[in-house]
Amino acid sequence: MSRISSAIKTFSLWDLLIGLRVTLRNFFVKKVTVQYPEEKTPQSPRFRGLHALRRYHNGEERCIACKLCQTVCPAAAITIESDVADNGTRRTTRYDIDLFKCIYCGFCEEACPTDAVVLTRIYEYHMEEPGQNIMNKDKLLALGDKYEGMIASDRTTDAPYR
Amino acid sequence: MIAWLNEFLGFLPDPLRIIAVITAQIVPLVIVLILCVAFLTYFERKVIGYMQNRIGPNRVGPRGWFQPFADVIKLLVKEVVVPSKANRFLFLVAPLLSIVPALATWAVMPLFPGYAIANIDAALLYILALTALSIYGVILAGWASNSKYAFLGAMRSTAQMLAYEIAMGFALVGVLMAGGSLNLGVITEAQSGGILSWFWLPLFPLFIVYFISGVAETNRAPFDVAEGESEIVAGFHVEYSGVAFAIFFLAEYANMILIAGLTAVMFFGGWHSFFAGSWFAFLDGTPLAFLREPSLAWLCVKIAFFLFCFLWSRATFPRYRYDQIMRLGWKVFIPVTLVWIMVEGVMLVAGVGPWRT
Repeated sequence: MSRISSAIKTFSLWDLLIGLRVTLRNFFVKKVTVQYPEEKTPQSPRFRGLHALRRYHNGEERCIACKLCQTVCPAAAITIESDVADNGTRRTTRYDIDLFKCIYCGFCEEACPTDAVVLTRIYEYHMEEPGQNIMNKDKLLALGDKYEGMIASDRTTDAPYR
Repeated sequence: MIAWLNEFLGFLPDPLRIIAVITAQIVPLVIVLILCVAFLTYFERKVIGYMQNRIGPNRVGPRGWFQPFADVIKLLVKEVVVPSKANRFLFLVAPLLSIVPALATWAVMPLFPGYAIANIDAALLYILALTALSIYGVILAGWASNSKYAFLGAMRSTAQMLAYEIAMGFALVGVLMAGGSLNLGVITEAQSGGILSWFWLPLFPLFIVYFISGVAETNRAPFDVAEGESEIVAGFHVEYSGVAFAIFFLAEYANMILIAGLTAVMFFGGWHSFFAGSWFAFLDGTPLAFLREPSLAWLCVKIAFFLFCFLWSRATFPRYRYDQIMRLGWKVFIPVTLVWIMVEGVMLVAGVGPWRT
């Protein structure tokens, strides 16, 4: 009996028809593809993208060259050299982040006692030449100045949950 | 139209005029076919994309309509690399050997009532001969490339195509018995009437066998072991690039259209209308009466449907294992067709069934 029913099933191509039904149903399902350059998915304020260095309102650099970020960085992507500045404070003379090494874990941001190094929500960036993967202090500060509004508002939004 | 062409070209001497009239029929058909092939590739990517919950190509031109042209231009500007120890002549002839039969078979296709470019009586034999010829393209391509992968791929597809050729031939024998003629136009005429008087109903097993063999014959998924990516890269055309590859690509899709067309003509009434049967007699005299007329449009609708089935099965089924393909071809399809031909013969002799000759 089971042989007969299995023969009927085989010759009526039953299993194949079930498979065809699945694909046909999906053919008419509404597609949810996001058309990237025109449409973008919503971003969390905690998104970890390109790095930046921030300043205080008076324009003074927040970074005090404590090297906590350099120490905590699991990928050893951060290189810091420090010296005493003209006003007698401890300041970095070199602050490099290698974007090829960075794994965007955000530990540097967590470790920073002055909220100087932050990860912004910028993720659309590229390098055109060798060496552009090294973000030096000037580039990081420039990014921080440019996106201070976004950085500050993201930190404010996220503050209650920390 | 042909009479008008003959008159228009009347100033030419006879042999020249005949050649000119035939060419004037062939050129538009081939251009339309090649355009269809181009858009079939686009259609395929769209359909498979939709079935996989994607959108498919939509960047080139509005909704991606110019995608095929982008693909073609890309292939045309690429270099044709001939492997150093390949047989240069055969290497370059092989793509032509696979495209020519795919296009030449269209000569006997009854496109609309009373018209085929070559209305020959042995059309079915002609089709069998030409589809068999396209195997040479595959095996020569594999052999001339001087590559083990290409050769293995060619061996596989040749064995597969030969196996399914037989089942296909038997299915055509059934059509021949039902239609009472080898002429495709007469076969189509014999199916006049609505959807229930087409041959797919009395010849249902043969129709299924023919269509599946057609998929296997064109080396399409799920029978595309010839291009098992993990084992033999792309099969017989691994060594081809640029225009030569484009021609193989064209041949594959032209073969798909051809199989879809032949299925439509032999089992689905060709240019007959869906609404031709007496069930739809109420349409007469209404503005919708034109739907009952046989026309080229109906053939196109049917071809489009079968092409969709090709893509549908590609999106659905995983690739068969090689021994399973051979088992299906030799141990299932050939007995099934033989049995059904017997049944059909008995029915014909006893005078049972919807067909009379």
